[in-house]
Amino acid sequence: MDKTPSSIPPISGRAWKYGDGVNTDVIFPGKYTYTLREPAEIAAHALEDLDPQFAAQAQPGDIILAGKNWGNGSSREQAVTCLKYKGIAAIVAKSFGRIYFRNGINQGLLLITCAEAVDAAQPGDILTIDTAQSVILLRGHPYPFPPLSPTALSIIAAGGLVQHVRNKLGITRSDVVAVSEGGG
Amino acid sequence: MGYTFAEKALARAAGLPSAVAGQVVDARPDIVLSHDNTAAIAKIFRTIGVERVLIPDRLAIALDHAVPAPTPQHAQNHAEVRKFVREQGIQHFFEVGRGICHQVLSEAAVILPGQLILGADSHTTHYGWMGAFGAGIGRTEVAALWATGELWLRVPESMKITVTGRLGKGVTAKDLCLYIIGRLGADGGLYQSIEFHGEAIENLSLESRMVIPNMMAEFGAKNAYLPPDQAVFDYLAEALRRRVPTPPHTAEGETPRQDVSALALYPDADARYASSHTFAAEDIPPMVSGPHRVDASAPLDHFRGKAVQQAFLGTCTNGRLEDLALAAEVIRGRSVASGVRLIVIPASAWVLKEAMQRGYIQDFIEAGAVIGVPGCGPCMGNHLGILAPGEVCISTANRNFKGRMGQPEAEIYLANPAVVAASAVAGVIMDPQEL
Ligand code: SF4
Repeated sequence: MDKTPSSIPPISGRAWKYGDGVNTDVIFPGKYTYTLREPAEIAAHALEDLDPQFAAQAQPGDIILAGKNWGNGSSREQAVTCLKYKGIAAIVAKSFGRIYFRNGINQGLLLITCAEAVDAAQPGDILTIDTAQSVILLRGHPYPFPPLSPTALSIIAAGGLVQHVRNKLGITRSDVVAVSEGGG
Repeated sequence: MGYTFAEKALARAAGLPSAVAGQVVDARPDIVLSHDNTAAIAKIFRTIGVERVLIPDRLAIALDHAVPAPTPQHAQNHAEVRKFVREQGIQHFFEVGRGICHQVLSEAAVILPGQLILGADSHTTHYGWMGAFGAGIGRTEVAALWATGELWLRVPESMKITVTGRLGKGVTAKDLCLYIIGRLGADGGLYQSIEFHGEAIENLSLESRMVIPNMMAEFGAKNAYLPPDQAVFDYLAEALRRRVPTPPHTAEGETPRQDVSALALYPDADARYASSHTFAAEDIPPMVSGPHRVDASAPLDHFRGKAVQQAFLGTCTNGRLEDLALAAEVIRGRSVASGVRLIVIPASAWVLKEAMQRGYIQDFIEAGAVIGVPGCGPCMGNHLGILAPGEVCISTANRNFKGRMGQPEAEIYLANPAVVAASAVAGVIMDPQEL
């Protein structure tokens, strides 16, 4: 049924590492949710109240490692898009807030659940995430994670859910503008 | 290795032989629910570039959140929903006044045990009362489902909650939920499938069972599950007979809907749970939850004497016949205290009709209550009972967040229907046994 390629090439990136219970307010402060609209501005406030260094130092392709329940709290989708706009390639966590996880995949951000890799990695380590093999490589060691479904992978590959559905249905019309809203 | 309910339900919905917690599957829900937000979803749907909903029979749409339309904007919104329903040929459409989506879909057996329902409403957890898998999703996801019929879902870990014994006099399923959420926290069930087991659960009436998965949205849960028994099957079979006939599902490979128990699912005895908790029903007192968190709950005694200006009996949590019966028993022959409004909103037209036949509505009106049209009423602050700054409301609803009833400077306390009725009579939060 699905006509779009669902593979994402292996991703290698430098790790940022955070702890348990990081909520959406510190990922993207609520005070900006209705005022900032430009991707670059949104990205500039990513993790502002968690790690003031992050927005200035993170590079496109970096990977965030996190503890339990990353992204709990509000359903605001900027908590995903601020990192996507920053160029973050993936988030590997012990677990995700439920709505955050859905928002992440639906906005085209690779989210992986793998507690072992999070525990083993240090900030600055280079991780390789191979979604085809469902494995993270870290200093030569493989850390398997539960596979993402072909659909989840192809949503990420498409850049988000609305575009994914358009690809899947073979819709190329340009008279409609793709919009997306966060999960509820 | 055994499987939990969630693992079995999502494996089936994805057409897989098995699935395990953590796995992401492509699920094909039996029903996709939306309500007054249908017009907004239709706008997203059009941006996909699709004209027609793929399987119109799988949509269920109820107008319930602000009904009948309180403003021209709401009227316009309803008109757009009706137009969409007409254009797409949606059969499961419930007009204003039929009742709250979760109640009317249950009453009409639109969803059955073991099936999957996804809804653009956070309390879609509700359908766990019959052993269905119900979960809330975002609007974009609903639009995608309309277009393709499938959506990715992560199979949740499961928490097993066993409730032993029997609830005491004056203690309801609502109190049980406020107790559990108070004990384990508003995020205690985050992302998980909450499975309820034990004698205290089995002995609950069907209407009481509906309270539990509904409240589990306030526990962070993805879904909740109560094992369906013969009482559930009988209720749904009767509901199907009563329902105005709609075309049966004819998609290939589907079990005839009339066989309500055919798809029922039960977890294996050796299923793996992320955690297990046991509560003794006898330990649970009547509970009240204070502003502005559902887990800010404590025994009723803790809040007794707090002055209230409004008492609200209704919602998908506690607006059913047995809730009205409990409250009517308290109110009969008494009057609502001066300075207090008691607002009674039956969860559905059917509940209203039955409550009339049983004389409950008469009891409420004689006591000085206001009767509202079946729907959500003031639950989320749209209309029909908005609070003023500084006012206090005691409510049978599921949420007491700041501003929920339309006014951030107001306070909402949550309780069971008998406590709400007693508080309306006393003018302060009151134990019905002490009236
Ligand atoms: S009654 Fe309240 S909680 Fe239930 S569906 Fe309506 S607004 Fe939501």
